[in-house]
Amino acid sequence: MTPILEVEQIQTFIGQYHILHDVSLQAEQGTITAMLGRNGAGKTTTLKSIMGLTPPQTGTIRFAGQRINGLRTFKIAQLGIGYVPEHRAIFRDLTVTEHLVLAERKRGDLRRRGDLIFSLFPDLQRLERLLGSQLSGGQQQMLAIARALVPETQLLLIDEPSEGLAPVIIEQMMRAITALSEHTTVVLVEQNFRMASAISQAYFMLDDGRTVDHGTMTALRANPQLIQRYLGAA
Amino acid sequence: MQRLRPLLPLVAIGGLASLPFAFAADTTRFWQGVFIQIFILAIYALSYDLLMGYTGMISFGHALFFGAGGYTAAILLRQAEPPSMLIVLAAVIIVGATLGAAVGALSLRVSGVYFSMITLALAEIFFILFKADDPKLKPITGGEIGLQGIVVPAAIDATTYRLRFYFLTLACMVGLYYAARRLINSPTGRVFVAIRENEPRATALGYNTLHFKLLATAISSTIAALAGMLMVLYEKSASFEMLSVNLTIQALLMTIIGGIGTLIGPMLGAATIRLLDHGLKGEFTQALLPAWLRPDLVFGIVYVVLVLFFPAGLMGAIRKLRGKTSRSSVERLRQAMKPKAES
Repeated sequence: MTPILEVEQIQTFIGQYHILHDVSLQAEQGTITAMLGRNGAGKTTTLKSIMGLTPPQTGTIRFAGQRINGLRTFKIAQLGIGYVPEHRAIFRDLTVTEHLVLAERKRGDLRRRGDLIFSLFPDLQRLERLLGSQLSGGQQQMLAIARALVPETQLLLIDEPSEGLAPVIIEQMMRAITALSEHTTVVLVEQNFRMASAISQAYFMLDDGRTVDHGTMTALRANPQLIQRYLGAA
Repeated sequence: MQRLRPLLPLVAIGGLASLPFAFAADTTRFWQGVFIQIFILAIYALSYDLLMGYTGMISFGHALFFGAGGYTAAILLRQAEPPSMLIVLAAVIIVGATLGAAVGALSLRVSGVYFSMITLALAEIFFILFKADDPKLKPITGGEIGLQGIVVPAAIDATTYRLRFYFLTLACMVGLYYAARRLINSPTGRVFVAIRENEPRATALGYNTLHFKLLATAISSTIAALAGMLMVLYEKSASFEMLSVNLTIQALLMTIIGGIGTLIGPMLGAATIRLLDHGLKGEFTQALLPAWLRPDLVFGIVYVVLVLFFPAGLMGAIRKLRGKTSRSSVERLRQAMKPKAES
């Protein structure tokens, strides 16, 4: 089976800084793939490179067999890639409903996908009329993921969903991401190794802008030295 | 109170409509004139708020659109056989929209303070061209003298039918306000707000934000051009002052004093500034104030005090009374001036 997302040896610069030196990554359809690594390893930049927010200078990115590097960000999004950025990026002056309507690509997207979204995040239904600035961190994170699911999404890129959330909310988030992976492929950036290892099937380890290792999550769990070496404590 | 709120617009419109009859007979003509100018400035401020308050773009060249509408009307009406008012209106709309889209196309590749600088440069080019005493340009632009003696169709002549012109500008203001409000509450308006809040996020949702920013610029410039046209119809002249950076600063001040991103606030700001100007420059006040205290100095102090005590503008103060919070103008300006970061 060909992977739905293939990133091959990309190099990305931000301004004069060389951030990604050699990152490769694949994600199989219908799985959750975790991107691991220390702070500053290049995980977020890899997601932004896929979305065309920081386009790579060399290398290729293919989505469902089609080359997407070089396309503008809104075109990449329109192909069916959802992006949930770090810090959630909720619009503070729009209500929950307005966020979801804004994410519609075709009229009626929300009606078609509403059941799925509200079954994953039942809380959002009762928060509909609140403004982005009135939501708690966990609620904002749920809204950020829900928003990315409104159009038909084949691939969802999620950056640090557990960041700054209480343990009980993280549990909830893990269940939701596991449930949504039945509908879409997920690539997850996560510092919280316990969460990443509990829900993903495959991993890619980044260090200093390079992919240094990859394999199945089962294999990684059996290799504490590797975890120690690239992540510090497990 | 909550139940009476829907009546508020009716009361406001009714109040403005009956205002000309409230003044004493010997001063009513004068006051009608003041309010005609307020209505026109309110339309202009409204157009600025659509761009700055909702889409988060600070144009330093907004006077260009106001002046373009004014000069278009003036040039057409000075023809030996002037076209009908409907054609003038259509021409002003076309010039306003095209110019807005063109300025947008040139400046929207950059954001934040760079956008402001490019719009300033473009507006200054036109300001200099229209002010120039160039033998080729002067027959069209009038140079420093401007275009005088414009013949306005008799039916809407503000000299003979001032009250009629008063109602015409009032109707234009109310109509354009509701059109702008509708736009803001539409799906397109929500994309404008999303761009203001986080543009990379809006593109990652699949919106071509450049198209939406061009649309916002074109709509805003069209409304400003209409305000410029009304001003020329009222004053019966067009001058290069209409294109000056002072007028852009007026728009910025009216918006900040009234409350950024509230539509109604900048219109109140327009009224505040125009009435303050009248009050400070009137003979009575001049007699009271010491000679060194120039009106412009008083303006400066008043603006500083207003921004210090009403950081979110007049509308922000009203919202505060009703127990709601608003972001301060300074914070919103800072956000708008910042070149957009990623994520």
